[in-house]
Amino acid sequence: MTASTSSVAAVATRPTNRRGWRARLILWRVPLSILALCLLPWVLPSMALATNVLIYGLLAVGYNLLFGYTGLLSFGHAAFFGAGAYVTGIAIAQFGASWYAALALGVVAGGLLAFVIGILSIRTRGIYFSMVTLALSQLVYYTALQAASWTGGENGLRGFTVGQLDLFGWTVDFLDPVTKYYVLMVFAAAALWFVSRILNSPFGAVIEAIRENETRARACGYHVERSKLIAFTLSGLICALAGTLLALHLAIVPLDILHYQTSGMIVMMTLLGGAGSFFGPFVGALAFLLMEDVVSLWTSHWQIVVGTVFILFVLFLPKGIWGTALAWEARR
Amino acid sequence: MMDAELIAMQLFSGIALGAILIMVALGLSIIFGMLGVVNFAHGALFMVGAYAGLWVASLTGSFWWGLLVAPLAVGIFGMAIEYLLIRPLYGRSVDDPLLLTFGLGYVLVEAVRIVFGSDGIPFQTPPQLAGVADLGIGFFPIYRLFVIAVVALLLLLLWLVLEKTKFGLIVRAGAQDPQIMRVLGVDISRVWLLVFGLGVGLTALGGVLAAPMRNVNPEMGSLVLAEAFVVTVIGGMGSLVGAIVAGLLVGVAISMTALFAPEMATIVMFALMALVLLVRPQGLFGKPGRA
Amino acid sequence: MKSRTGIPSASRRDVLAGFATGTAVIAMPWVARAQAETIRIGFPTPLTGPFAAEAKDQVKSAELAVKLVNDRGGVAGRKVELLVRDDKLNAGEAATRTLELIEKDKVHAIVGALSSAVQLAVNEVTRARGVIYVSISQSDTINEVKDFSRFTFHEALNPHMTTAAVAKQTFKPGTKVAYLVADYAYGHEMLRGFKRAQAALGAVSVGEILHPFGAADYSTFMPRLRSMRPDILCICNFGRDQANAIKQAVDFGMNRQAQIVVPVLLNNQRLAIGAEAFEGVIGGANYYWRLEETIPSAKAFNDAFKAANGGAYPTDYGAYGFTGVSALLLAMEKAGGPDTDKVIAALEALTYDVAKGPQHYRKCDHQSVQSVLVLKSKKKADMKNEADLFEILAIEPGSEAALRSCTELGFPA
Repeated sequence: MTASTSSVAAVATRPTNRRGWRARLILWRVPLSILALCLLPWVLPSMALATNVLIYGLLAVGYNLLFGYTGLLSFGHAAFFGAGAYVTGIAIAQFGASWYAALALGVVAGGLLAFVIGILSIRTRGIYFSMVTLALSQLVYYTALQAASWTGGENGLRGFTVGQLDLFGWTVDFLDPVTKYYVLMVFAAAALWFVSRILNSPFGAVIEAIRENETRARACGYHVERSKLIAFTLSGLICALAGTLLALHLAIVPLDILHYQTSGMIVMMTLLGGAGSFFGPFVGALAFLLMEDVVSLWTSHWQIVVGTVFILFVLFLPKGIWGTALAWEARR
Repeated sequence: MMDAELIAMQLFSGIALGAILIMVALGLSIIFGMLGVVNFAHGALFMVGAYAGLWVASLTGSFWWGLLVAPLAVGIFGMAIEYLLIRPLYGRSVDDPLLLTFGLGYVLVEAVRIVFGSDGIPFQTPPQLAGVADLGIGFFPIYRLFVIAVVALLLLLLWLVLEKTKFGLIVRAGAQDPQIMRVLGVDISRVWLLVFGLGVGLTALGGVLAAPMRNVNPEMGSLVLAEAFVVTVIGGMGSLVGAIVAGLLVGVAISMTALFAPEMATIVMFALMALVLLVRPQGLFGKPGRA
Repeated sequence: MKSRTGIPSASRRDVLAGFATGTAVIAMPWVARAQAETIRIGFPTPLTGPFAAEAKDQVKSAELAVKLVNDRGGVAGRKVELLVRDDKLNAGEAATRTLELIEKDKVHAIVGALSSAVQLAVNEVTRARGVIYVSISQSDTINEVKDFSRFTFHEALNPHMTTAAVAKQTFKPGTKVAYLVADYAYGHEMLRGFKRAQAALGAVSVGEILHPFGAADYSTFMPRLRSMRPDILCICNFGRDQANAIKQAVDFGMNRQAQIVVPVLLNNQRLAIGAEAFEGVIGGANYYWRLEETIPSAKAFNDAFKAANGGAYPTDYGAYGFTGVSALLLAMEKAGGPDTDKVIAALEALTYDVAKGPQHYRKCDHQSVQSVLVLKSKKKADMKNEADLFEILAIEPGSEAALRSCTELGFPA
């Protein structure tokens, strides 16, 4: 970042240009993301895959707020993803709520759960933080398994298919995959704008300062614990939104959504794309799901390919696809 | 209905269950204490140990060779993992080895599926140890008594190694304060290699021991991994005594829950862990401020 | 993936035929082309995960069913194609794959699934979109009115049927039964089935223990089960849970004290655990190859399967793939094509015997009424060959009386 100040005059113009290019990228990142999302369904093999990329991309964006920007490796984000999905599904199936009320309820519930788990886990640090989040999310998993009368238990939650949406007196066919994608995309786009605003705000600077050096951030007078908790909750909110969108998309909530392997998958996607970068998580979700989709058509041993690719990324490209591309551009 | 004999039997079941947990958690804890690496492939290596034991046993026709050779072989395999995959990550974020081993877990499970098939494979209890013994309070499988004995013996051996040898001294010093070893001029990379091998060998031995009780299948490690994490976190990550005490504690807690509220037997483990973390975040025997 | 061989030549022939009869009907070639389109059947199944072996058997059997029909010239002159997808034993993945099959591959029907959760997920997706689904996995839930879809046909047995048949062979008046039950819907369904049979047969329960779903260790339940001193130990779980529970019950000597009974005796779990642990265990099944000794269609299925798969015998869950796809294709043949409403009517009216004697779908819940086999696992010394795992104790003939009544399931009388 500070390379340009130390560089000699002869090359000074190019880094400035490049900085300008980067600044423009940051300025235009939300419109660019939305544009990319608009085009996504037409370049991927199927609408169902595009919708999954949209939802898991958003999930990874939410997770990235905590892992990439605040530097906290949570292994329990499946809990918030699942909470959003379950509460939305239950609100429609058991209480006959309208889809937008159910969506709002799902987001709020996921945020609340994140707040509670955040309070409990922020007290610990390092590896312990990962373990506490893992343990608490497993508790959520087993609770959902036991509370079968609410969640459907191992059978999963069903019976809340939304066939039509009422949008201000205008009815759209939600079973149509293209319509469904663009309706869900509106929410994802709003969330992206929200995340971008957070990152540009002073709060965004604080959490990055915590990631870089927690002790120094504390010495500078920042409320480290409070900021971490806020970041944790916001991250949970976005993940819960992704969960509600998944519930509306699939019209079922599978119990596996709460399992720690889902948490692991979120971490993998984020890292694959590039933690701590705005576009990285989406790129990661796209790469992960595309890889899984394509490889699993070709061999049932897709996990060995996905696992190997992931290992290679940790070893050689820890910044992920997008992060590496950015670094490569900066070095040029 | 709930008589004393039944509770005593249940205690035995819990200890046998805890014995396996100790083997896995001990390896996890040693590796974390020395290297600062959270090994997410630990469950997969447990499973690899079981398959290696099965393979050696089928080649030699003897369970005993499997029990002896497989942990050594998998331990050496573990050293190769440390040397090739983990070593390049030292000096980077503590999250990197965790993430790498997470990916490695996927690869190992799938590799075993490719080689041995995705179905389970029968693993017979060795004929010398089959059947049940009358403990006076009830019947208990001889093999499970054998597992308890082997683990007890191994813990004694491990204790001797750690207390009486130079390697043990280094390991204990390293677990206290990794910095001091550099100051003392110890070839730390060789110690790390050996410690990783030891940790992996222990979980592999756990896998071979568990195989005749649970059968062998590629997914057998994933549940064990979760249980071992719970044990190490309750005991305090990096603490060997903690792993042993917590292993027994979790084993007995599961078996007692099985008696009184059986459907809660899995959830109790995580509840116990959450409770310990809230009251004493570093675990029962962990040192505050580490990690 | 999509082989469209045969379409160009068929349509050209139709086009030529159209010209030969004169060009009076201009639309004719287009109609002909539409009819000659391949009939596509989506087949989601867990090719990865603990039931991969069962899934592969299902795929082999389903492919055999398709091949036999195509060899006879297809359905109403149209080739049939099977689109196999990996659902990874995950309901979310299954729902995604099903959406893909419907939206992108435009399948005419779906057959498949190997777990209750996956089956209910596929049922939900196909119900909303009006796509025919032949489910081939066990569940009582799917029969109930809440999850009923008029597009769904339930080819597999359900826990109610299997437990009734197994109990009839093993429970006697006064028999003491202890239950070890997996604590999830499917486990509870099996327990409910057994207890109902137990009451009818005059047996008594000496205790029930619920165990967590997916547990690896059952030793902690054994002392208590022993202390109940049952005549029968009834283990109500599935897959790996069943295998581990049986193995550990035998380790504790339970098999010397009690007869071990399971609702479904699984072919692949028996192979995975070995003859020793399973020796003498009694359980139900939808299919076993030795049915060929009494039933001609089983012989034909076995022979065709062996010819196509290098002499391997078909298995229980594999057979579902065959009977499910065969029934669907028979109905499509009767309906003259894949038109959804006509095929549903044809399926409802269908009586078929493709592998295990006569079967038909009950009108109210679309449950296949079929025979239930009660099997006993053989001692290793008694096995005549590698596939000779079980002896058939009884064949309970299919009857609607063996099912829960339509009113009990919540359907209007």
